[in-house]
Amino acid sequence: MSTDSQKSPFNSSVLEFKSSTFSVPVLILSSNDLKLIDEQLQAKIKLAPEFFKNSPVVLDLLELNKQNIEIDIEMLVGLIQNSKLLLVGFRGGTPQQNTKILDLGIPVYSASSNIGSNETQKQKTLHTHQTQETAKENHPIETTATLITQPIRSGQRIYAAGDLIVLAQVSAGAEIMAEGNIHVYSVMRGRALAGVQGNHEARIFCSDLQAELVSIAGTYKISEDLDESVRNKPVQVYLQNDNLIIKDIL
Amino acid sequence: MARIIVVTSGKGGVGKTTTSAAIAMGLAKKGHKTAVIDFDVGLRNLDLIMGCERRVVYDFINVINGEATLNQALIRDKNCNLLYILPASQTRDKDALSQEGVGKILEDLSKDFKYIVCDSPAGIERGAHLAMYFADDAFVVTNPEVSSVRDSDRMLGILSSKSRRAERNQEPIKEYLLLSRYSSERVKLGEMLSVDDVQEILSLHLLGVIPESKSVLNASNSGMPVILDEKSDAGQAYADIVARYLGEDKPHRFIDDKKGFFGKLFNRSK
Repeated sequence: MSTDSQKSPFNSSVLEFKSSTFSVPVLILSSNDLKLIDEQLQAKIKLAPEFFKNSPVVLDLLELNKQNIEIDIEMLVGLIQNSKLLLVGFRGGTPQQNTKILDLGIPVYSASSNIGSNETQKQKTLHTHQTQETAKENHPIETTATLITQPIRSGQRIYAAGDLIVLAQVSAGAEIMAEGNIHVYSVMRGRALAGVQGNHEARIFCSDLQAELVSIAGTYKISEDLDESVRNKPVQVYLQNDNLIIKDIL
Repeated sequence: MARIIVVTSGKGGVGKTTTSAAIAMGLAKKGHKTAVIDFDVGLRNLDLIMGCERRVVYDFINVINGEATLNQALIRDKNCNLLYILPASQTRDKDALSQEGVGKILEDLSKDFKYIVCDSPAGIERGAHLAMYFADDAFVVTNPEVSSVRDSDRMLGILSSKSRRAERNQEPIKEYLLLSRYSSERVKLGEMLSVDDVQEILSLHLLGVIPESKSVLNASNSGMPVILDEKSDAGQAYADIVARYLGEDKPHRFIDDKKGFFGKLFNRSK
């Protein structure tokens, strides 16, 4: 959902649209008391001023709307801007709120999952989960691993918020995704996407690579691009300088 | 309580109805009261394969809609008095099947029968879904070719996630592989996937291999389940499958793949 114009190596075109996912802190509000929000936000920022300076942030209104609490959108936007955070979007708003937000020129994201941002990507947003937890305002990410012991069959999709560990085969036509690392201790024939929320440090490990597609934080290789030397054996997949590296685990 | 078996595949034309008819007959012949239900509403075939098409009065949908009782709709097989057939409706479509209706019928049948065999339609839509939803065991019929194997894999995924057992967090459906239309000659020529190839992709317990056989077509055309043709290779293969399902230890036959895993493991009797 964002542009990546600087890296386009093509002569014919000076721009290119690419899909990409970023990890952005989400601020979940559970009160409409702007004074209280401001106080607590400033307190948080004081804890790590460098981290929050110019950091992109998405505001989540879902909790408020679940409890039918109205909030003044314009005042809220002003408050965030004064705190030196860069507001890059809202989610979880009501249709009326969304109209108001769009009128202000701020993007609206769907409430459920992927939050993209076309703001300059800050290195700090790509830190480990611990750093993100402090940014997430008492809503730490659950980083526990998901364990799957049954075969993942064609047509099945598995999504893990943390790491994903699979002790059985992943069939062709199946799709496994994790915000963290993926481990498959069997044949990996389907599609494996690690770091789907933008974690460039995520890796894929499998004991027999026959995948249709492997991807780390949006950088992917399809089966046809896999070198014969890495097929049908235990390998790891990781990102190095934005290149997808596939090699022996040891 | 009856044991509910679904015969399924995803792909069409692989031998689901032939298998349903054969194993239902096999179970009944072993002395177990068995019902076989045709879930292929709108394209009913089971009654033809079982040779009872002329005796159909009421069907599955009539019973679901309360227009007939189960006893009125069940047809007793002419070869075995422990086997009953519940035919599909030819004039309706699969939307006429309701989960409550199917559940009620299976519950009623369970009181009286030992085994209930559900002949699933092809595909993964409503008919196929309801056929497998209540199952305890699944016989996944696969042909040794890639698209059939892929569809079976898809079906196995649905069995493990969309069944009643899955929804209730009960012990999962027991899945068995039946490899049908197998030709060891064509496997040797490299034209067909071997048992090992299929096993590697599906990693499923192999209940039996049914060889490609003229006797299957003959049996279908004459309305006699092929298992009754005791001289035929396919008939024997199904008899072995029923025996293995009931816990007998029968060596695998009809694989005849010298390099194969099973060839090494089992002494072939033929």
